[in-house]
Amino acid sequence: MAASFDLKNDGVVVIIGSGAGGGTLGNELAQKGIDVVILEAGARHEYEDFINDEWDSFAQLAWKDKRTTSGDWRVAKDFPNLPAWIVKSVGGSTTHWAGASLRFQEHEFKTASTYGKLEGANLLDWPITLAEMEPYYAKAEAKMGVTGTNDWPRLPGNNNFKVLKAGADKLGYKECHTGNMAINSVERDDRNSCQQTGFCFQGCKWGAKWSTLYTEIPKGEATGHLEVRPNAMAIKINHDASGKVTGVVYADKDGKLQEQKARIVAVAGNSIESPRLLLNSQSAKFPHGLANSSGQVGKNYMRHTTGSVYAIFDKPVHMYRGTTMAGIIRDEARHDPSRGFVGGYEFETLSLGLPFMAAFLNPGGWGRSFTTALDHYDHMAGLWIVGEDMPREENRIMLHADEKDEHGMPIADVHFDDHPNDTAMRNHAYKQASALYDAVGATRTFPTPPYPSTHNLGTNRMSGKAEHGVVNKHGQTHDIKNLFVSDGSQFTTGAAENPTLTIVSLAIRQADYIAAQMSAKTI
Amino acid sequence: MVTIYDGKPGLSRRELLKRGSIGALLVISGSAVISPEQAWGLETSALKPETMATLIQMARDIYPHDQVPDKYYAIAVKGHHETAAKDPAHKELIEKGIAELDKKAGKGGYRGLGWEEQRVALLTEIEKAPFFQAVRGGLVVSLYNQKEVWPIFGYEGESYSKGGYIARGFSDIEWL
Ligand SMILES: Cc1cc2nc3c(=O)[nH]c(=O)nc-3n(C[C@H](O)[C@H](O)[C@H](O)COP(=O)(O)OP(=O)(O)OC[C@H]3O[C@@H](n4cnc5c(N)ncnc54)[C@H](O)[C@@H]3O)c2cc1C
Ligand code: SF4
Repeated sequence: MAASFDLKNDGVVVIIGSGAGGGTLGNELAQKGIDVVILEAGARHEYEDFINDEWDSFAQLAWKDKRTTSGDWRVAKDFPNLPAWIVKSVGGSTTHWAGASLRFQEHEFKTASTYGKLEGANLLDWPITLAEMEPYYAKAEAKMGVTGTNDWPRLPGNNNFKVLKAGADKLGYKECHTGNMAINSVERDDRNSCQQTGFCFQGCKWGAKWSTLYTEIPKGEATGHLEVRPNAMAIKINHDASGKVTGVVYADKDGKLQEQKARIVAVAGNSIESPRLLLNSQSAKFPHGLANSSGQVGKNYMRHTTGSVYAIFDKPVHMYRGTTMAGIIRDEARHDPSRGFVGGYEFETLSLGLPFMAAFLNPGGWGRSFTTALDHYDHMAGLWIVGEDMPREENRIMLHADEKDEHGMPIADVHFDDHPNDTAMRNHAYKQASALYDAVGATRTFPTPPYPSTHNLGTNRMSGKAEHGVVNKHGQTHDIKNLFVSDGSQFTTGAAENPTLTIVSLAIRQADYIAAQMSAKTI
Repeated sequence: MVTIYDGKPGLSRRELLKRGSIGALLVISGSAVISPEQAWGLETSALKPETMATLIQMARDIYPHDQVPDKYYAIAVKGHHETAAKDPAHKELIEKGIAELDKKAGKGGYRGLGWEEQRVALLTEIEKAPFFQAVRGGLVVSLYNQKEVWPIFGYEGESYSKGGYIARGFSDIEWL
């Protein structure tokens, strides 16, 4: 049965956020008999409550609290108060996510040494290697039911995939398949297999896609060591005179402030909220925010170099039928500077329903050039570009100078400029993708600008040395022993791959570390 | 284009709806914008009926889909009339915006311009203005989020209630 802990219980681990990082860490610790309270800002919606309608689902699950933006990215112009498309709900963005689960490549843990010095990029090697991560990747894949691993078959390809595959063959790409997806291709873990419903982004009503909401969280609760407290928005982390953190102040469902005492605090609010919380926890002792002696909290914000290419054909495709991310091409993911940029990118199929297509195909666009594209919606195929972007100190999350949210907490201000490497990569990908669809007979292609960020990374980065980043190789902050970061904000660099498998692997690894440190009484 | 008939005051809405023979797609009568052919009407108490009629035309010029009937454009701009009823600033934004558009168009007003290109040229001039942005921005959701228009574009929407697309053509492409 789910536990319920007293606010004054200072023996618990308090985790902020119940998504990929927080939800996984919570369950892993609970399985080891460690008491955990997860504070989650959003409400709890079970999977039968999900709504298979794009805007209604967005209203139900997305993080809609106001944020501000600046920088040269188009999102700042088209969606000035929606820099990111992520979730505020139990399960976090694993309710919305598509399920693509890829391991990083070896060199992507060593970008500074592999890519060399790049003007305007704050590159740094991770303090861990692929070899160290491999056992945890394997555990994460087993936990999440990733297709193409552990003898689980890959999913069948839908129409959108078949178009992609035909184009990949024509262009001579070798590594094209239906991906490594955290979606059940067979019934397992007491959950359904994929019914090709096509609303992966709106929460899988079959429970076929892995989400902490209906895997990690109920499993953790069943141990009697985990309490998930929904509608609890963390505002400040408190500390004592020695600098150890002692509890978390949060606004409860009625907006009343409470403090949950803690032995250990782990921050997993995704890469905009996690630094916002650390910065807002400033005190006389830590005037620049918690764990910020390096000055790196909130900096090096990454969002992957993304973009989409949609194409129209003279015959129907019906790309929206079936899994949203139905296939991948990995050939461009290699590091090959002869293409004019460092790092690489993946092509993954993507489909939006008509309402989102209208909003995102060319935000602000109107007139016949725009509408004739939508007229052929059922003749469209599409893919998403996801590539490594360069960390930059100037790309950062800050506390807004004067705007505050309903709890009096300064709202997040997000600044982002593309690095020239990002732009070169995106243009290369646009060209290749258009060529791919042209090869299958596309009559028109659309290089579509990046959406509000679904992958948000790097703002509390991991570093070997305390002066280069915020956390060490276990996600433990360099400055405060009992304060951890457990989400994608730990990423030193972003790699070409979708981040969640790595977030989950790091959380499993971190749970082992926390348990060991707790029994050794070092924290 | 949206054909609009300025009805004589006094003709009741019911009567107008009965007179399918009237031929016009839209009839402005008293406080209503009515489509006699398709038997639907839109009461406009906050915004002037002429303003609503022009908004409908403007909506079609912004997002022209020749296969989408006027009805859906009318429904898509209805929100402005509801907001205007509550918010005088919004009412002014829309009324003033339409008045300026009519002025730019010269004699006969915006709806009097016969070619889409002529109307679009005017819209392009005001593309950056808050009035245009308010109309266009609202439309992206209010037009394309109508479930009734989805089939016109070949979008089938939710499939959970039918068991997904697994047995309904998720991989039925044949021309590759
Ligand atoms: C549409 C979409 C598709 C995606 N597809 C993929 C994919 O195919 N593959 C992939 O790898 N990744 C994908 N992602 C990204 C993936 O969802 C994220 O990388 C991942 O969920 C991030 O995990 P996290 O733990 O950092 O944060 P989240 O999962 O976002 O969880 C953070 C949680 O913390 C809560 N929170 C934040 N601040 C506070 C606070 N102050 N107090 C209390 N709670 C707080 C939030 O409400 C949220 O529930 C996708 C994302 C989206 C939106
Ligand atoms: S396509 Fe599969 S994974 Fe996606 S929502 Fe449907 S059943 Fe779930």
